[in-house]
Amino acid sequence: MNVTKIKVGMASCGIAAGAAPVFKALSDKFGGKVEKTGCIGMCYREPIVEVLGDDGSSVIYGDINEKRTAELIAIIENEEVRKEWAVFIKGAPEFEQSLYNSKQVKIVMRNLGRINPESLDEYIAAGGWEALKKTLAGTPENLIEDMIRSGLRGRGGAGFPTGLKWKFARASDSDKKYLICNADEGDPGAFMDRSVLEGDPHSVLEGMAIAGFAIGSDTGFIYVRAEYPLAIKRLEIAVSQARNAGYLGKNIFGKGFDFNIELKKGAGAFVCGEETALMRSIEGNRGMPTLKPPFPAQSGLWRKPTNINNVETFANVPWIVLNGWEKYAAIGTEKSKGTKVFALTGKIKNTGTVEVPMGITLREVIFDIGGGIRNDKKFKAVQIGGPSGGCIPASLLDVPVDYDSLNRTGAIMGSGGMVVMDENTCMVDVARFFLNFVVEESCGKCTFCRLGNKRMLEILTRITEGKGKESDIEELEKLAGQVRNGSLCGLGQTAPNPVLTSIKYFRDEYIAHIKEKKCPSHVCKSLLSFTIDAGKCTGCTLCARNCPVKAVEGEVKKPHLIEQAKCIKCGKCYDVCRFDAVIKD
Amino acid sequence: MISEILKKYEPKKENLLSILHDVQESSGKNYVSTESVLEIGKFLGMTRSEINGVMTFYTMLSEEPRGKYIIRICVSAPCHVAGSVSVKEELKKVLGIDVGETTGDGLFTLEESACLGVCDIAPAMMVGKDVYGGLDGHKIKKIISEYRSRK
Ligand SMILES: Cc1cc2nc3c(=O)[nH]c(=O)nc-3n(C[C@H](O)[C@H](O)[C@H](O)COP(=O)(O)O)c2cc1C
Repeated sequence: MNVTKIKVGMASCGIAAGAAPVFKALSDKFGGKVEKTGCIGMCYREPIVEVLGDDGSSVIYGDINEKRTAELIAIIENEEVRKEWAVFIKGAPEFEQSLYNSKQVKIVMRNLGRINPESLDEYIAAGGWEALKKTLAGTPENLIEDMIRSGLRGRGGAGFPTGLKWKFARASDSDKKYLICNADEGDPGAFMDRSVLEGDPHSVLEGMAIAGFAIGSDTGFIYVRAEYPLAIKRLEIAVSQARNAGYLGKNIFGKGFDFNIELKKGAGAFVCGEETALMRSIEGNRGMPTLKPPFPAQSGLWRKPTNINNVETFANVPWIVLNGWEKYAAIGTEKSKGTKVFALTGKIKNTGTVEVPMGITLREVIFDIGGGIRNDKKFKAVQIGGPSGGCIPASLLDVPVDYDSLNRTGAIMGSGGMVVMDENTCMVDVARFFLNFVVEESCGKCTFCRLGNKRMLEILTRITEGKGKESDIEELEKLAGQVRNGSLCGLGQTAPNPVLTSIKYFRDEYIAHIKEKKCPSHVCKSLLSFTIDAGKCTGCTLCARNCPVKAVEGEVKKPHLIEQAKCIKCGKCYDVCRFDAVIKD
Repeated sequence: MISEILKKYEPKKENLLSILHDVQESSGKNYVSTESVLEIGKFLGMTRSEINGVMTFYTMLSEEPRGKYIIRICVSAPCHVAGSVSVKEELKKVLGIDVGETTGDGLFTLEESACLGVCDIAPAMMVGKDVYGGLDGHKIKKIISEYRSRK
């Protein structure tokens, strides 16, 4: 076997894990054989290096830090395989049939970690820009019909059927129409879109061009958040490559279709992910949401008919065109077709991105693919759908992942962030955290979103400080209803969800905080107390020496005592005690 | 310098955010000065208060001079769960400043950020355009001293 290519995962996750020096060391040794690639999803094993041979072999290594690089170079030179480091070996059943791999279906992520995102040639070699060519040989009407039949629904959160959206935009009569790609991905815990933009930017551009043809637009914008500099850089490269090669521009494929794409950077405002706010931001205004209707399909950017879709939605499009709507519709459930990319974070073993067929259960995603809970702790809840979503408890782990089933739990599919929480997480604290996010990100236009959420936050804060009243739960539910009904955009309409679902599924935790003044998960500091078990204390003085406020008293070799009035509940004594004598309650 | 930036753009309001980003980046102090605002206003046919209105809406734009490097510490849920609070405390200690302040040498400004979208390596922060993850006290000291010696 001859090594033909060496690929180093150089998405943000890989670079932050130290991939750049690995890339350099390998390049110094093997020259042009070494290439950058995107993230295959196993962020928990970055930096990742794949070694490909002329016999079709492929070995993917994980945790290749600077120290391991020298050894890896020797392994490559000797044409060996180091199984202990491998995260995947082509043809080896223990990897190919692992639950992690066999339960995933890669459509959106088809090229991630496989091609060099800065190479147009590699995208083309993977079948890139073929879908646009095929599209331009047909009619917009047929394309839209196929898209409707594929069952693809918007991946930005609301799940509106994509083909139908295109149909409305096509039906709008106008001299000018716009197409927008929403790359403002702001949900805490979501990074699917970043992964796609960093790893396969051309697929998004191609999806946009196809959509442009469908609705009759020649101008596309990508609104991408400024927090994603690497995604912006790779998009810029891809756009200029596509322009130079004639995939964007005038008279594409000689079919008389013109389409261009321009990038617009956000500047740190979560609400700009909401489509009407986003359009105001592109126009150069404050990004305030506006009332719908009129929908963007009638009056959007500069009051022209506009179609806006999410990054992942667009990345699906070329695949559907090339493989046919039937194949796409064959995956998933009756009303939720295809796949969904999720970002797994929190207390889960395998953090990263995964792509699964709709209808898979949460249990399969979190335990079979995600590897379960870190440190083998107990699962408590998964927060799905970000600040608009909810917390789903263990009893609902067998709920299938599809739009309708998730809605029934009180959460939503959302954009794809899954924050996994273990038994040490306090659900009241989590609810407070998400609400705090909404309070900070509310644009302030609607009174209930601005003030109602703040009121709810005050109540939650009070509860976590042990000052909750028995009427508080009811008060929260009442305010939630008002915020939901009194807000113009999705931000406010869905803001109470994390609070409501945590009350629904973890009411006992609220009650423990309010009535017993206890935080069952020992998270809320005000409700904690540290005491010393005199039977176990050996009087070693370690806690006393570590206490930052000198709240521990006692003589050497005699049981110590914590003076409660002085204690700031930092937990240092608990952490340092070697005899389990400090009790946290 | 500003005129160089303005040359790249057509005088349309839709270019305001891009221009503000560019001016801020080239300022060396991560801000858009009043003189710049006036000049941009002249170019786009916008009043100073119109531009200020836009600038105050977006958290990444500043009218006050800031450090050469903005340190954005992610305080969203996954980073919170992973310990961003102690990372923030450590940063404050190492830099000797509070959130929102700039170090005396004008090198760093410490800011809190909404989700940076690198939750897979939480707790995370950005220094300028570079992302750092898996942070702890030791790593923070190392990163900061690297930037200090870079100057
Ligand atoms: C507060 C708020 C934030 C949003 N943020 C995003 C986002 O970051 N990315 C996104 O694609 N959609 C976001 N959306 C949804 C968009 O308004 C819109 O529904 C979506 O871009 C449509 O694309 P799709 O049909 O492909 O899903 C957000 C909505 C709200 C209410």
